[in-house]
Amino acid sequence: MEPDADRAAVRAQGLSKRLGGNLAVADVDLSLDRGEVLALLGPNGAGKTTTVEICEGFLRPDDGRVRVLGTDPFTQGHRLRPRIGVMPQGGGAYPGVRAGEMLRLLASCCATPLDPEWLLATLGLSEVRSTPYKRLSGGQQQRLSLACALVGRPELVFLDEPTAGMDAHARNLVWELITALRSDGVGVLLTTHVMEEAETLADRVVIVDHGRVLAAGTPTELTSGEERGRELRFTSRPALDLEPLLAALPEGCSAWESRPGQYLLRGDIDPQTISTVTAWCARHGVLADELRLGRRTLEDVFLDLTGRELRS
Amino acid sequence: MTRDGLDNPRAETGTGMGTDSTAFPPGTFRPAPGRAKAARMLLAQTRTEISLTLRHPEQTLLTLLIPLVLLVGLSTLELGMLTPPRVDSVAPRILALAVMSTAFTGQAIALGFDRRYGVIKRLTATALPRWVLIAGRVLAALSVVALQTVVLSATAFALGWHPSPSGALPGVLVLVLGTLAFGAGGVLVGGALRAEIVLAVANTIWFLLLMGGGLAVPARHLPGPMTAVADYLPSGALARALTACTVGDTVPVSSLFVLLGWGVLAGALAVRTTRVS
Repeated sequence: MEPDADRAAVRAQGLSKRLGGNLAVADVDLSLDRGEVLALLGPNGAGKTTTVEICEGFLRPDDGRVRVLGTDPFTQGHRLRPRIGVMPQGGGAYPGVRAGEMLRLLASCCATPLDPEWLLATLGLSEVRSTPYKRLSGGQQQRLSLACALVGRPELVFLDEPTAGMDAHARNLVWELITALRSDGVGVLLTTHVMEEAETLADRVVIVDHGRVLAAGTPTELTSGEERGRELRFTSRPALDLEPLLAALPEGCSAWESRPGQYLLRGDIDPQTISTVTAWCARHGVLADELRLGRRTLEDVFLDLTGRELRS
Repeated sequence: MTRDGLDNPRAETGTGMGTDSTAFPPGTFRPAPGRAKAARMLLAQTRTEISLTLRHPEQTLLTLLIPLVLLVGLSTLELGMLTPPRVDSVAPRILALAVMSTAFTGQAIALGFDRRYGVIKRLTATALPRWVLIAGRVLAALSVVALQTVVLSATAFALGWHPSPSGALPGVLVLVLGTLAFGAGGVLVGGALRAEIVLAVANTIWFLLLMGGGLAVPARHLPGPMTAVADYLPSGALARALTACTVGDTVPVSSLFVLLGWGVLAGALAVRTTRVS
């Protein structure tokens, strides 16, 4: 038994998995405790689902070691499965099954399930409880899938892109649910490519791409870093001469044109810095449009790490 | 690890979408996992599978309408092949067809699409043990076959069928064996191929076994070599065994072995080839 075994929800070291000749997951470490939210953040095809499916026991890792609630998920799945809730990507229900029927079926597999009617009402599905699954909207299918993951009062839930295809209302509701799960001591491992989701919900974020972990830490750790976290952005006429500005800025402050017409300053930004910037703009006879002082966002970190090119 | 420094998402996300307050009192999701009693899971799984089958229009066509139409048509039309009362020859063959339709073709197609839609994976990710999943499908198939047997037998009686009462019990056992053997074949086809291919393969095999096994036309009226083959096909063997039951003969052991052999072969292969998605 590991010393932290009773708190540990997921412990994975050096997970690797080759799928169809590609290294889908390469040397991934994960650590999640009960009552914590861990977000696996990455672009499409980064290996998030493969990692989650290893933890759920659907895939055997080629390399590495994984313990979920103290069990080996692949060989001891029969012991693990009753204790976890799984929301797979893209549904998972009989096409002809009615929403309420599917949830009741899963509830009847559990010793002390949540009340299916209450769950349907909570997730705004009461009115479609008799609608066949294939006629539900994408967002309704997602909500039903979430209900199915929660109905058995699990100790740990795996939510694979839980808010994909949901409207803003539903997304907010899911965020509330995840927050409630966390405070009731449920471990939550979620995958997402929505930065805001990871930033708002997660205690720890693991950024993955091409199967590898690029960065891991709390959102605060990830967004602070060397530049002390503050940045100033504004838009203006492209190709302004930055030399005089750089000369006027204090040491430890850098400025550059990130895209034509988009300027970015990072460093120890104080009220004087802003005044320096606006004075420089005045000398050029331009306005600092959309002048915004903010922290570096997780999105910035993410884009810096995964590259800014669009992928298919 | 705490998150105290971060914003509380509830504060900025409003009241959510329900009509009631969506604030969740502490303890709402306190973990209390565990598996229900096996009997309860099996009952729920079986009931769901039965209602899905009966609700599905194509399944109903395959399992009830086609056998009914053939039963009535072949029993009442004068085709010159059978001596009256024709229903005595037709009924057991149509019962064999009903078993094949439900346990093989219906099961294969349902499994193929359930896999496609991630149902099997979804269900194996719950407390439901694998054996309940399989047993639920088997029990559902047996229940549907029982229903078909009642409807088709009642229709056959109305058409003047006179089966031997002593064949009833062996007949039921043969129907169960047939359902299991064809069910194994259904899982073999539905468990390994892509859904569209399952659809094509399961329907083609259904038609070949229907004709080749002498279900529509008695095996003795088939072209020479096919008459010999019919007894070794699962459909032919099932029809022969059921016919023996209904006329009060001893069930030919060779037919039972043919059914068992196909079932074991398909089952052994299916164990290796069946995938959850």
